[in-house]
Amino acid sequence: MSIEPNGPPASLRDVKHIYLILSGKGGVGKSSVTTQIALTLAGLGKKVGVLDIDLTGPSLPRMFGLEGQSIYQSAEGWIPVTKYEGEQGTLKVMSLGFLLDDRGNSVVWRGPKKTAMIKQFTKDVAWGKLDYLLIDTPPGTSDEHISIAEELRWAKPDGAIIVTTPQNVATADVRKEINFCRKVNFDVLGIIENMSGFVCPHCAECTNIFSKGGGERLSKALDIEFLGSVPIDPSFVEMIEKQSLTNANIVDAYRNQALFAIFQQIIKVVQEKNIPSRLA
Amino acid sequence: MTEVSQILPPDYQLKEAEPEHCPGPESEKAGQGDACAGCANKEICESLPKGPDPDIPLITENLSQIKHKVLVLSGKGGVGKSTFTTMLCWALSSDEDLQIGAMDLDICGPSLPRMLGCVNETVHESNTGWTPVYVADNLATMSIQYMLPEDDSAIIWRGSKKNALIKKFLKDVDWDALDYLIVDTPPGTSDEHISINKFMKESGIDGALVVTTPQEVALLDVRKEIDFCRKAGIKILGLVENMSGFVCPSCKGESQIFKPTTGGGEKLCEELNIPFLGSVPLDPRVGKSCDEGQSFLDQHPESPASLAILDVVEKLRDAVGDI
Repeated sequence: MSIEPNGPPASLRDVKHIYLILSGKGGVGKSSVTTQIALTLAGLGKKVGVLDIDLTGPSLPRMFGLEGQSIYQSAEGWIPVTKYEGEQGTLKVMSLGFLLDDRGNSVVWRGPKKTAMIKQFTKDVAWGKLDYLLIDTPPGTSDEHISIAEELRWAKPDGAIIVTTPQNVATADVRKEINFCRKVNFDVLGIIENMSGFVCPHCAECTNIFSKGGGERLSKALDIEFLGSVPIDPSFVEMIEKQSLTNANIVDAYRNQALFAIFQQIIKVVQEKNIPSRLA
Repeated sequence: MTEVSQILPPDYQLKEAEPEHCPGPESEKAGQGDACAGCANKEICESLPKGPDPDIPLITENLSQIKHKVLVLSGKGGVGKSTFTTMLCWALSSDEDLQIGAMDLDICGPSLPRMLGCVNETVHESNTGWTPVYVADNLATMSIQYMLPEDDSAIIWRGSKKNALIKKFLKDVDWDALDYLIVDTPPGTSDEHISINKFMKESGIDGALVVTTPQEVALLDVRKEIDFCRKAGIKILGLVENMSGFVCPSCKGESQIFKPTTGGGEKLCEELNIPFLGSVPLDPRVGKSCDEGQSFLDQHPESPASLAILDVVEKLRDAVGDI
């Protein structure tokens, strides 16, 4: 084994900002939030890369309608799959899902293999120039999380965006994740409360299916910025599921979604922190 | 009270991260693989015990008085594994003649204690091993939550440490005689899943209850979990679709919050030829009861969700040959 130099991985040489999307709890919408932040940033003309380190349950290929795509190797490393290339904005995705033969295949790996894979994902992907790299994570505080923290030790990531749902069972796990961030020195950029209310399409009455306000209470209790509440919107799911059928440009389609305004606001709050570019 | 730091077997510390083709510090080839040559960990790995695990007969002995062992699985997080485990516990333990045990394998995100209303309990050690926490006279539970110094302490553990704790749960917890041991698992197909199967294989697992939600993003991960069960030789007792359909409390109109764009759980069952046990509608009161640690089935016995859950429980008991 070679001795690690104390520097960031070369593949992240031209990446200006790195955000991690974390949550202790599963199924709260980490991948959905990651997708929407990516679509919003790309829609605003930014160059965005998305790295999926959920190895046993990768959701991003499905979220971006990229199932069945493959990864190719170049001299610089693995080439991520390009989802969108606009005049200014671009959107590239890397996930273990692209390396599987069949979408139903399971990846039954213990820790050391996951660690090795994450190392490759941080070192060997040819991202090129990016304004933002978003890293989507699996639930928990285990191998994947320890590994990515180790790989990014010298890479100065901007910090972590924490996703929760409103109920106590979720916020309890999210508290653990925030303690993890403190231990590994990830700055917490803020908390997003997802699945916060559902507006009935029949009568427009809003029901708090997973109760309400848990994310905001958590951010007050821990003195962390609250980035916003995102309601359940079945039309977003529909857009995701139908993208392969319509062949529409999803970045443009997302601009017409009700959730776009909410995520623009969330990104504004994060950008107002004026975290200097890693390249500065 | 038992502190987490005291309960683990003597742990080993690797000098550096495992190399890429590491055979695994606990495998039989540890220290002998191609990747081991020149690895700083070689000596540590070589010195770890090898061969058939001497603890497995002890586990089998400790679990020998348990009639049925059921895993609750899903590839996806947040679909309701812990909620369903909790419901199974409430439903089965309402029969006073049945002894139930619930074991929480989710080490990094334990939810079971909160849902069963015993989050502040602690585990006691006696000469027969660890005494599980009793929620009712006939309902014993075990979770790492009972050993945490603070409610929100993070357990930042790699796989090998998690495996060691799972082994302790099976070997050293005084489960006594049970009719059912329900094992709640974390999402994914990794260390916890490989270990529970390996440790319990000899004592016999009745099978797995797979939980999903209707949308394809969840089904995608559930397919992987079913693939894992098949590879690992775990029988699938059936699949239940949770959060399917939502009835608005003000206008009674139904909506599909998590749209089954690819046909949902039932279609998946047809496709993979596994029993479909039913759908449970989304009811905001389920989450509320779980947050409060109360039995939803007792609080709202007439609700459609309760009826659907009880129906699934009956079918599950049928599948393990209990009724």
